[in-house]
Amino acid sequence: MIIPVWLIFASSTHTALIINTQGLQFFLGDKFLENYTKVLLYEGGFFKEITALKMFLNSFLMATGVAFLSVISSLMTAYVLVYFRVKYATLLFWIIFITILVPLELRIFPTYSVMSTLNLVNSYWGLIIPISASAIATLFFRQFYKTIPDELLESAKLDGANTWRFFIDFLVPLSKTMIVAMFIFMFVFGYNQYLWPILVTSSEQYWTVVMGLKMMSGSIVNKFAFVIMSMIPPVLIIIVLQKYFIKGIFQDK
Amino acid sequence: MKKVQFKSNYSQYFFLAPQLGILLIFLYWPIIQTFRDAFTMQDAFGFGRQFVWFDNFLFIFDDPAYFIAFKFTIIYSFVITLVTGAIGLLLAVNANNVMHGKSAYKTLLIWPYAIAPAVVGVMANYFFSERFGLLYHLFNDLWGFNWYESVFDSYIYLLIAGSWKQISANFIFFLAGLQAIQKSVIEASIIDCKSSFRRFWTITFPLLMPTTFFLIIINITYAFFDTFGIIDTTTIGAPSGETRTLVYKAYMDGFRGLDLGSAGAQSIMMMLIVLVITIFQFRYIEGKIHYN
Repeated sequence: MIIPVWLIFASSTHTALIINTQGLQFFLGDKFLENYTKVLLYEGGFFKEITALKMFLNSFLMATGVAFLSVISSLMTAYVLVYFRVKYATLLFWIIFITILVPLELRIFPTYSVMSTLNLVNSYWGLIIPISASAIATLFFRQFYKTIPDELLESAKLDGANTWRFFIDFLVPLSKTMIVAMFIFMFVFGYNQYLWPILVTSSEQYWTVVMGLKMMSGSIVNKFAFVIMSMIPPVLIIIVLQKYFIKGIFQDK
Repeated sequence: MKKVQFKSNYSQYFFLAPQLGILLIFLYWPIIQTFRDAFTMQDAFGFGRQFVWFDNFLFIFDDPAYFIAFKFTIIYSFVITLVTGAIGLLLAVNANNVMHGKSAYKTLLIWPYAIAPAVVGVMANYFFSERFGLLYHLFNDLWGFNWYESVFDSYIYLLIAGSWKQISANFIFFLAGLQAIQKSVIEASIIDCKSSFRRFWTITFPLLMPTTFFLIIINITYAFFDTFGIIDTTTIGAPSGETRTLVYKAYMDGFRGLDLGSAGAQSIMMMLIVLVITIFQFRYIEGKIHYN
């Protein structure tokens, strides 16, 4: 699985001339620094008005925003669904979970028109909010809360904990692994968005890395370098935090 | 549900507000607009809107391109599900049997999961380009591969591009499924049956049914929706629109053609398909699976 990525990486350290005449390279060349710094720092060459560095910053802001917003809102919603005696509990449950059946791709133009009504086109909020409108994390938190023994709430109640205290002092610390797992999941999900950023950003200043792949122009080795760099953030996160991710998703303790 | 709960209390509105607010404004409002678009027609200047009943739907059913996209989506989801599931299972069984270096093996196979479909597409592009694509030339020497013209060859191209990353997801879930099987069941089966091949198909695989089933849904969703980024960076529908998924076609009709009525009607058709798959999941397959 790693071979194709290696070939592109090795090729990204050669000159364009070598690639064009001899094809993809298996061994490393000596143009690593030159090719990569050119992509990262020069504007006006590779893209028109934005450096790749700025695009990485945009992607990072978008992915972190999506992860924070969806994890916090899902954590709170799941709390009410599991721990409150709500009158219309079943209705509430369906209002939230039916949304999983309607991914953004199915409502993309109307979502765009809502964003332009609210004046959120070409803004970070415009990139973040519609991607965070997802109930997948809620489903995971709900499943997790259901495995917590009833005695926890009983004893917390005896200690006089109210709804806020119980949430902040008991539930959030207990859900730590799950929170990290969902954060990773939503971060990667946000970072990897392609279609929505293309639609919602007309100004280059808000371009993200993944959508930028479509806009690349310039020498082939610089393109290779950009493709390799675009993979690094999510792959690094998955590899480093693999343990939490797997633990959270499969809920084995 | 929990036996011990808090009584209904004003703080619940605070906890619900962020998610419900986002869902109502950025999900329900657009969905309502999708329905409005699907059942109305706008005049060319964007003024005025006329209720046209099912005209937009009849229009897409009259369009041969819609059936081509439908056919491709079905074939693509089926093949992706089968191929990535089989390879993922094979790798997971291997990983589960490895004694040493299990975590290294795991790490080696998990990371492609994190790569964006669009990135995978751009990479695949380099391997299938006419100029220096290694796979292009390999297949071309074998049977005259040319995805610009042959429908079959463009399917092969998209199958390889689409499977690479999804094998990881299948691997992760199958491995977790295998590790959840109790040791005692495996030990008992070893005493009863010597052939490890038969043991796998009669004991292990039936116990993996819930995982398999979950992955079928995951893979179909992937092939329906996430492959947009792959198609848009590889074939862009070539040759002549044969490799457009339903989502890709709806987007192109809405964006390039500015036909929001048709895009809305196509979205609603997709919602129906997803709904049918989900109901099928609950009604027919869930009942036939052994959960341990």
